Amino acid sequence: MADTPYAVEMKDIVIRFPGVLANDHVNLTLQKGEIHALLGENGAGKSTLMNVLAGLYKPSSGMISIHGETVNFNSPKDAIAKGIGMVHQHFMLVPTQSVTENILLGLDDPKFIMNLAEYDKKILALQDQYGLKVDPTAKIWQLSVGEQQRVEILKTLYRGANILIFDEPTAVLAPQEIDDLIQTMRSMVAMGKSIIFISHKLQEVTAVADRLTVLRKGVATAEGIRVAGVTREKLAELMVGREVVFRVEKKPQKAGDVILSVEGVSAENNKGIKALNNISLELRKGEILGVAGVAGNGQSELAEVITGLRPCTGSIKINGEEVANQRPSKAIKSGVSHIPEDRTKVGTAPNLTITENTIMKNYGDAPIGNGWSINFTEAREYARGLKKAYDILAPSVRTMARKLSGGNLQKVILAREISSSPKMMVAVQPTRGLDVGAIEAIQTLLLDQRERGTAILLVSEELEELLSLSDRIAVIYEGEIMGIVDAENADINEIGLMMTGTKRSEQ
Amino acid sequence: MNLPFSIRFEKRTDDVPKWLPAATAIGSVVIAFLISGIVLAFIGGEPLRVLKFFFEATFGNWAVFSDTLVKATPLIMIGLACSVAFKMKLWNIGAEGQFYAGAFFASLVVLVPLVPPDAPKVITLGAMVVMGMIGGAIWGFFPGFLKARYNVNEIITTLMLNYVAIFWNNFWIFDKWSDAGFQMTPTFPKTAWLPRLADLAREYPVFSGITLHVGVVFGIIAAVIMWWVFKRSRWGYEINLIGDNPEAARYAGLNITRNIILVMMVSGALAGLAGMSEISGVVHRLQEKISAGYGFTGIIVAWLAKLNPFAVIIVSILFGALIVAGREIQPAGLAYLLQGIILFMVISSDVLLRYQVRIVRKEQETV
Amino acid sequence: MNFEIILHSGLATGTILLFAGIGAIFAERSGILNLGVEGMMLLGAMAGFSVSLSSGNAWVGLLVAMFAAGILSLAHGLVTIHFQADQVVSGLSLTFLGTGLALVLGEGLTGQNPPLIPDVSIPLLSQIPFIGPVFFENHSILVFVGYLFAPLSWYYIHKTRPGMHLRAVGQKPSAADTMGISVYGVRYFYTFVGGCLAGLAGATISLSVSPGWYSSQTTSGQGWIAIALVIFAQWNPLRAALGGYLFGAIRRGILDLQGPALLFGFANPLYVNSNLGFFLQMTPFLLTIVALVMGSRAAARKRLGSPAALGVPYVRGERGH
Repeated sequence: MADTPYAVEMKDIVIRFPGVLANDHVNLTLQKGEIHALLGENGAGKSTLMNVLAGLYKPSSGMISIHGETVNFNSPKDAIAKGIGMVHQHFMLVPTQSVTENILLGLDDPKFIMNLAEYDKKILALQDQYGLKVDPTAKIWQLSVGEQQRVEILKTLYRGANILIFDEPTAVLAPQEIDDLIQTMRSMVAMGKSIIFISHKLQEVTAVADRLTVLRKGVATAEGIRVAGVTREKLAELMVGREVVFRVEKKPQKAGDVILSVEGVSAENNKGIKALNNISLELRKGEILGVAGVAGNGQSELAEVITGLRPCTGSIKINGEEVANQRPSKAIKSGVSHIPEDRTKVGTAPNLTITENTIMKNYGDAPIGNGWSINFTEAREYARGLKKAYDILAPSVRTMARKLSGGNLQKVILAREISSSPKMMVAVQPTRGLDVGAIEAIQTLLLDQRERGTAILLVSEELEELLSLSDRIAVIYEGEIMGIVDAENADINEIGLMMTGTKRSEQ
Repeated sequence: MNLPFSIRFEKRTDDVPKWLPAATAIGSVVIAFLISGIVLAFIGGEPLRVLKFFFEATFGNWAVFSDTLVKATPLIMIGLACSVAFKMKLWNIGAEGQFYAGAFFASLVVLVPLVPPDAPKVITLGAMVVMGMIGGAIWGFFPGFLKARYNVNEIITTLMLNYVAIFWNNFWIFDKWSDAGFQMTPTFPKTAWLPRLADLAREYPVFSGITLHVGVVFGIIAAVIMWWVFKRSRWGYEINLIGDNPEAARYAGLNITRNIILVMMVSGALAGLAGMSEISGVVHRLQEKISAGYGFTGIIVAWLAKLNPFAVIIVSILFGALIVAGREIQPAGLAYLLQGIILFMVISSDVLLRYQVRIVRKEQETV
Repeated sequence: MNFEIILHSGLATGTILLFAGIGAIFAERSGILNLGVEGMMLLGAMAGFSVSLSSGNAWVGLLVAMFAAGILSLAHGLVTIHFQADQVVSGLSLTFLGTGLALVLGEGLTGQNPPLIPDVSIPLLSQIPFIGPVFFENHSILVFVGYLFAPLSWYYIHKTRPGMHLRAVGQKPSAADTMGISVYGVRYFYTFVGGCLAGLAGATISLSVSPGWYSSQTTSGQGWIAIALVIFAQWNPLRAALGGYLFGAIRRGILDLQGPALLFGFANPLYVNSNLGFFLQMTPFLLTIVALVMGSRAAARKRLGSPAALGVPYVRGERGH
């Protein structure tokens, strides 16, 4: 073993961004033909480290060698030339171009005039070799998320990559699709490729990887240890730095009257394609209804039609009052609060202060609103109260929202949405991208609301989260509800089947 | 290039020092003057003499300073008009047309006439103010409506309406209300003139020949009101929120359609008021070329003032001076050039507000 | 009112919009919105006119015009690509800068007579009835260049490798970046190309279609119309060419309305009162608004959009790309 050089050897890598030390003297070695997991919480510096290997960033210091040869990447092109390919978490695909065009992007061949039909054939041949099927002439925006991921993989294979980096590849997939992906990875390793697999999910890591490296806040807490023989608890501790409670406490509670009733609702997405198809569901007081599904199956649109942000057909009643196709202000007045999917693009205004962000929905109400003016002294007082109550870490309430971390930004949103004492809450991916501490805090806040009798519609792609928080779980696939199950004795396999399009009754 | 150090731009993580925005604005103007001087020298001019002339012709004595303020007056109002629109990221570059529309509508008070010719001065002037603002607001409404309803790019529509307003004006001054075939209307009666300091020359001889008129007071009042709107009002908060993140504003239940139209109308009304002030305070009739490009200079004023209403007043005085001097400085395009360079410098210098410039020694980098 | 003349003149004036519009399409396809077209055109018109005069060769003038406007556009490139300044404001300041430079450097050019780009007829093709006289007879060489340029531009954008890279950078710069395409390089290049074409459009006016230097009147707002044309054309060079020609023809047709004393057998009001001509002069600008509304509605209906990254500065590793 000692004679064969490592496929990848990264030594003492330091990556510094202004104000942040993203990686602090990290070592990582990848042997030829192994799957090496890079484990860590969100924001631990995993992607940053891999972006260095892919030539996107230059390290502040440290050394990288590929197959024993010291390298110095100046651009992704250099990394690609050394056989490194990265499958990004947020797909790096041009939505308006075809599969073939995306695969050819950045290559020197074809030189000038493209004869795409000829390359379509080459790509079909490559697909056969690895069992990754996707129509080469289709435009990216027409493909499902799983197909898009295949394009990302094909992109690296077409370039002859033998070192593949998968950045959180399972985050967007249904359980069965995850199994397929793992199969693909195994067969690639069997063909002599080496794989680095980035994840924050313990069970996947232990199922797939040979060895692993754990990052915590930019520091490696484990470097290349064998997966066999390490317990999940130990891994969690390496990742988070303390013991982790896996399940938040949910008190048994009887659901009350119907607050929200959705009947026969259909809607289109931004591309004009049908995203919701005749959806009906009910939500009761003091109940959390989880919505499970693979990303892009209509969850976002469902949240938007309920909160008045998207037009639809059908009926949506809150406490018996019709809110479908009204202004968003109508839903707000009916007591619906909304934790939006995208906290920076929708939930907050980046260049406004914490104060201005917390009064977004009540700036017109006394004592903050005062006739035509706003009493900013009152507003700041109000914001200070929320900052304290929700433990928002920031220098002051005059701090701009864009300077807050993801977790603190989410707390600002929750503080605003909960303080209106809502009858109903629509929470979309409330914990995505947060570290364990913040996830716990947010989940506890949601359960508190449930105890206070708020009806909560919780959209999440993390099955674990849905199972631990929800009372019932509705599974959505291509804009249709495949079935609704009790969370208490739900069968993950059954949910997984529904997530890929099998109706409950058909099983 | 193998320098022993490298210059690095790093994203600011701390707050911008309070003095920096003002410093970059002033620095931009100084550098713009320097560059224009170099261009002037290059084409065979004498920059220092032009500079000396510039100061003498604009700030040299009370009479010329008054001229500077007279030119600054419409700029204040148009600078405010642009500020309110830009706050909401609405690129109203149609202030020129809204200025003409304001002037035209205000003239209707006298030309139609809308108030009896022997009405008291207050009534006539009051009606002209109202009509001027309505005219500008109408000119602002169309692009606002098209933007809000059909998402039509307001940059183009406002700009196209500039041309329309000017041709529209031309028709009336060439045709219906032409003064004996000249391309202007007859002079307005004195009741339609805004009071000037020169009117007080009989009592206070110092004011003789001082052309400064009440319009500047309009500008200052408008600045105070806009300051209150931006800093203290509910509507100002809505403008800020929509301007910073329209998605968030929609999510928070704000009516964006209504606000786009409203902001464009207010912006137009301010520019229309400037048009009224110009014909009532300076020209005293409707004619061709009543604007010295105020509508476009106002854009630069607003930007250089960082959309702060009080800074708009100060910047307007500088640009008023440029216009006064520009009439006499040759070649004629120099004032334009200077404005272009100033604006370029301002937006380039904004990079200093977002990034920190660090000079790093080469050895340090590898540690 | 002669249909043949209107179309012939529409093709000539449309060529101006064709060059400026396709230039803007190239820049916008890469993600750079440059509102400074009017300023760049004016600088090109001035530079072309002036250099043709001093060098005695209109083609040299044309090349210098393209180069001058191209260099000017790089100022916009620097400020928006490297400094990530707002593209709208930067484009506006480029308008001022270009106009100012053109007026300062163009002092004393009015009334001069430099050599112009020659008009030619295509043998044989010009013999075809109707089509020949309209399309192939007595046109500036630049009009014929335009005939070829629009389809070639379309082919380049959609069917070639650099065209594919251009589209990728404008749609999803991060994807292009990770595949080793230099986003900044592509954007600088096409900003420059856009500038050069705006300069060519300007020189097309001053050296060919309506020769002369009339200070800021030379371009009279056509740069802005070109920007509107891009939206109307949905970033497609062929549609931009058709739109340009159509616009030119309508513009000429409207002006011709003033000529005859009788219109459809009635006294022509425009002939009786020439002041009504001001309303005719308004129409191109109103038409631009109408075209823009139509373009925007079509885009909304077909859910076509501008290049996704248009107007958005690219910073590696930032959200939202």
